[in-house]
Amino acid sequence: MTTFGSTAALRATMDAYFRDVGAAAEQHLAPVAWCTSVGPAELLRALGFRVFFPENHAAMMGAARTANRYMPLAHAHGYSQEICSYLTSDIGAYLAGESPMQAYGLSGTPRADVLVFNTNQCRDVRDWFEWYGRRWNVPVVGMRSPRAIETVRDDDVDAIARQIEALVPALEAVAGTRLDAGRLEHAVRASRECSDLWEACLRTAARRPAPLNFFDATIHMGPAVVLRGADEAVTYYRTLLAELEGRAAARSAAVEGEAFRLYWDGMPIWGRLRALSSLFAEFRTAVVASTYCNSWIFSALDPADPVRSMARSSLELFIVRSEEAKEDYIARMLDLYHADGIVFHDCRTCPNNTNTRYGMPRRLGERLGIPTLVLDGDVNDLRCVSDEQMRTNVEGFIEQIADARPAAGSAAS
Amino acid sequence: MIYAGVDSGSWNTKAVVIDGGARVRGTCVVRSGADLAGAAERAYDGALGAAGLGRGEVTAVWATGFGRQSVAFADGSRTELDCHGRGAAHYVPGPLTVVDIGGQDAKVIRIDAAGQRLSHRMNRKCAAGTGSFLDEIALRLGVPIEGLGALASGSAEPLELSSFCTVFAGTELLTLIRGGKRPSDLAMAAYRSLVKRIVAMDVLDGRVVATGGVIAHHPAMVALLGAELRGEIIVPPHPQEMGAFGAALAARDGAAAVGPSAGERAPLAAVEAPRHA
Repeated sequence: MTTFGSTAALRATMDAYFRDVGAAAEQHLAPVAWCTSVGPAELLRALGFRVFFPENHAAMMGAARTANRYMPLAHAHGYSQEICSYLTSDIGAYLAGESPMQAYGLSGTPRADVLVFNTNQCRDVRDWFEWYGRRWNVPVVGMRSPRAIETVRDDDVDAIARQIEALVPALEAVAGTRLDAGRLEHAVRASRECSDLWEACLRTAARRPAPLNFFDATIHMGPAVVLRGADEAVTYYRTLLAELEGRAAARSAAVEGEAFRLYWDGMPIWGRLRALSSLFAEFRTAVVASTYCNSWIFSALDPADPVRSMARSSLELFIVRSEEAKEDYIARMLDLYHADGIVFHDCRTCPNNTNTRYGMPRRLGERLGIPTLVLDGDVNDLRCVSDEQMRTNVEGFIEQIADARPAAGSAAS
Repeated sequence: MIYAGVDSGSWNTKAVVIDGGARVRGTCVVRSGADLAGAAERAYDGALGAAGLGRGEVTAVWATGFGRQSVAFADGSRTELDCHGRGAAHYVPGPLTVVDIGGQDAKVIRIDAAGQRLSHRMNRKCAAGTGSFLDEIALRLGVPIEGLGALASGSAEPLELSSFCTVFAGTELLTLIRGGKRPSDLAMAAYRSLVKRIVAMDVLDGRVVATGGVIAHHPAMVALLGAELRGEIIVPPHPQEMGAFGAALAARDGAAAVGPSAGERAPLAAVEAPRHA
């Protein structure tokens, strides 16, 4: 992993966030809403909620490689090992009475006053939230999204906008306050600014050599995930962008001797983040861009039209699009980032964020004339990961790309 | 000039010694066991012995296989994906598809007319589609693995095992035995199941070349694969040693190693041991 000067600011930002949301829950300082990663966070902030993102919570357990301790507890409660391992990690940890939040001095995962889902990514988030809703006897509300969208149409946007508006009375009742249009506009403006800055940070990796890679970005995307719509995220990404632009100007590489550039599609394998980063670096390969990190770019957000632009952002998201729209998107990214190939992660328990199961790797490979690799694994469940197979797959893939270059011998030796 | 390749596999370690014209001068196969480095030494010395040569006469030796990082004496390494493809393409001009079935993994490698690798697929983290599946079936049928093919040769009734899963196939087998099915038909059904798993891994087009220990020791697999694909399956010389042969070719051709040397690599799991264990 690349060492960044901004890491101290990242840690401070994330620490303050976790302590704030934890204190709100434990000391009843403010209402707490749980929100799925691409749920209506701006609306919740405008209503004064402290917003907690359980997918981030689950990813922390994945990265700490503690998730496999908790999953069996959720399985025993009837939540299959074939469904989202974020869900089973998180519910299992709750059942075990443990949480990464305890490292921040909190007693556990912060209790929600309301849980707000958006099914644009999957059904699992709703099932996940409903488990807690029953447990805590608190409301579970959300947006039910169309899926496999070819082109985002106005009538789809209208429908989602109406759903967002319909959430307001229920959320106002929990928050104990009325929605203020100015606060919503501010949150959407902050969210858009965060999105633009995050996009600019990622875009620095289009330069050769890339100053950051996918593995770095999965860490530094934290504020974009948990502080979307808050000023703290904007402040952090100004700091990070300045550093990345400096690194790009100085040709400071995330991967020393960068010789190959790849695009990553699918979820990270959190428990092997550092190992994979080291593995690709061994082969002088920078994973320069990813669908995953790009998924926190919401360019449609518009403070002048907050609700409709939130609806449009929700529908433009990669995960909710048709195969054809996804393929066009990846093709644009490969061109933008000058990638030599695509690594598809077939995430065992996350079919909606896996794009290998309906023929896409073969179609894209043939259409673009570039090599594709499918890595079998999982976002949190390391029982689905074979380290030796992963190493051989990656090494064999780089061999293939190197051999296809005219001066492969000198470039790769 | 003399070159060598060592394929440190999960079950067996294979070594091949060739001359500059890629003629095989000696081969050796030993059990890998827990001492991969020792097995590589024994296989290498065995192949050299078969060739009537000594280590000092070898210009370069390359390693491949899942234990390639354990072959300390190797001058370079390449993955088994490269080496099986390289070896097969030496005997059979492309475009071709190489099907390699080993003890604990299976690979499908597609190669173009120029001999360049186009793609590869490996089995998932599962014994289905590998030699381990056959080991389990032989155990259930009470025959040594070496006898499974002979048993299957007496098959008269075409049976199907519905499960790819090694454990479930084993229990399904017990049900069929209780139902009075003949062991020979069950042995053939196991081969048929393995073939079904292999053909589902990728599109097998062009000339299909089969390699690996399972192919070398279970001729029924070749016949069933050919029947399934309705075409000829080409089995090159030394199918079990094809990875080692490809490594020897890489040594001869001075293929570029794309990564660091063997001793510089840490196992992935060691990089990230569980925290709070």
